[in-house]
Amino acid sequence: MTTTNALVGTDQGPEYTYADVYDLMSLMTGDEKHSAAATSTLDVLWVLYDSVLDVSPDNIADPGRDRFLLSKGHGPMAYYAVLAAKGFFPVAWLADWASYDSPLGHHPDRTLVPGVEISSGSLGHGLPLALGTVLGLRAQGLDGRVVVMVGDAELDEGSNHEAVELAAALELEALTVVVVDNSSATYGVPGRIEERFAANGWHAVAVDGRDHALLHRALTRRRRTPGEPARPSVVVAHVEEKWS
Amino acid sequence: MTRDTRETFASTTAALLEEDLSVALVYAEISGQYFREAERRHPDRVVNVGIREQLLVNVGAGLALTGMRPVVHTFASFLVERAFEQVKLGFSHQDVGGVLVGSGASYDNTGGGRTHQAPGDVALIDTLPDWTVHVPGHADEVESALRLAVAGSGRDYVRVTGQQNRGPFPVTPGRFHLVRRGAGATVVAVGPMLDPVLEAVADLDVSVLYASTVRPFDGRTLRAVLGTPDVVLVEPYLAGTSARCVDDALVDVPHRLLALGVGRRELRRYGAPADHAATHGLDAAGIRQAVAGFLAA
Repeated sequence: MTTTNALVGTDQGPEYTYADVYDLMSLMTGDEKHSAAATSTLDVLWVLYDSVLDVSPDNIADPGRDRFLLSKGHGPMAYYAVLAAKGFFPVAWLADWASYDSPLGHHPDRTLVPGVEISSGSLGHGLPLALGTVLGLRAQGLDGRVVVMVGDAELDEGSNHEAVELAAALELEALTVVVVDNSSATYGVPGRIEERFAANGWHAVAVDGRDHALLHRALTRRRRTPGEPARPSVVVAHVEEKWS
Repeated sequence: MTRDTRETFASTTAALLEEDLSVALVYAEISGQYFREAERRHPDRVVNVGIREQLLVNVGAGLALTGMRPVVHTFASFLVERAFEQVKLGFSHQDVGGVLVGSGASYDNTGGGRTHQAPGDVALIDTLPDWTVHVPGHADEVESALRLAVAGSGRDYVRVTGQQNRGPFPVTPGRFHLVRRGAGATVVAVGPMLDPVLEAVADLDVSVLYASTVRPFDGRTLRAVLGTPDVVLVEPYLAGTSARCVDDALVDVPHRLLALGVGRRELRRYGAPADHAATHGLDAAGIRQAVAGFLAA
């Protein structure tokens, strides 16, 4: 494994591996090992940026790029580490994150961080913004897809439910919601999230949020089966319980 | 015949949808009766989100994230007050542009009661930086303000109200119009307050400025026309909303300010808009009485 100092000195670029991302996170946290909560989003993020989405520093200004919207803006270390690993901004930014002069805050700011599509932090905004983004792409005849990440507890916010109903009604199949489910919702019921999206007309699957092969299959753009209506999709990625 | 302001908003928006492919309209059931034809012609750019105001505002912001110019509309009470965090974060914090059009204003819907009245809308928007706030006092100004706003790239709030002055002025953001020059106090009439102000001060030696775009606030013209250092603000929304702007403009001038507008107390009365204007002292008689008292003090 590369040492921390070597990581900082390395040119940014695609040579970073999944294993390196843990070391990049250590630059921010100072921890050698990370709690499951700190890395709950990491595997989904890695799979999306490494092998699913058509977005990179080379096409980040392309109107037709795929977009990833982090709605669950808190605990963004894994997000920053993946963006740095993929070359959106220098790895050297990580070490003094959340300092006064750093562009990296405890919640991401799209105007400060290259590659960040939305500024988040207050819960329940990303999915409605994603809906508007999909409608904007559709109106302009652009083919990019929009993947928005929410937490299971974030779905408490009623604004999400406004969006879940309308996305199905408008047949927004370019929209994918990935719910990182670490059972942190106070009134959560196992399986309820998938049921709720499905009942609202979404294509819904649940997968192991640590299994890269399963995540890759679930997150890759779906082709409709014959006779299937156009509809948005949700991937519920189950990870370790936050409070366990 | 005088046009209806809300219908003017709708017809202007429909025309803009025809003229500019980057324009999109998002609404939440309200005013849908005016948008049927536009929706049929441009189903990808006219979106009714249903009764979902949080979604309304953020869908507009999401459209803006892709480079489109959204016009976002419902009653002011639901657009600005109910969905204020979406205005703050979806537009200001994301740093994207858009045109919010609120109807209903302070008491257009007197029969509807407090739920449909938004005297605090401009004050709320005013907590955010860099919004252009239009308070058109005539249907022609609604059209002009909307066209200007949509042609731009910033964040605009257009406050559509049924109350109108007899005639329109050109819409000139950043510049108030000098309607009357006098040697004494300066009265700033905002939007539909102009006609009652002119009637109220007809025999007084005062200057009258007309503001249909109230942010940015044209402090430079206020300073330039100032006779005696006495200023009267007459605003059709929460009293005192622009008081800080007057103080900023006259920071080095000892001055007096009378700030008229809608009171904070909840009326719990119905009737007609004219009844509410009278109760808040915003009809000609009420303005006359307040200004005379202020000048005599």
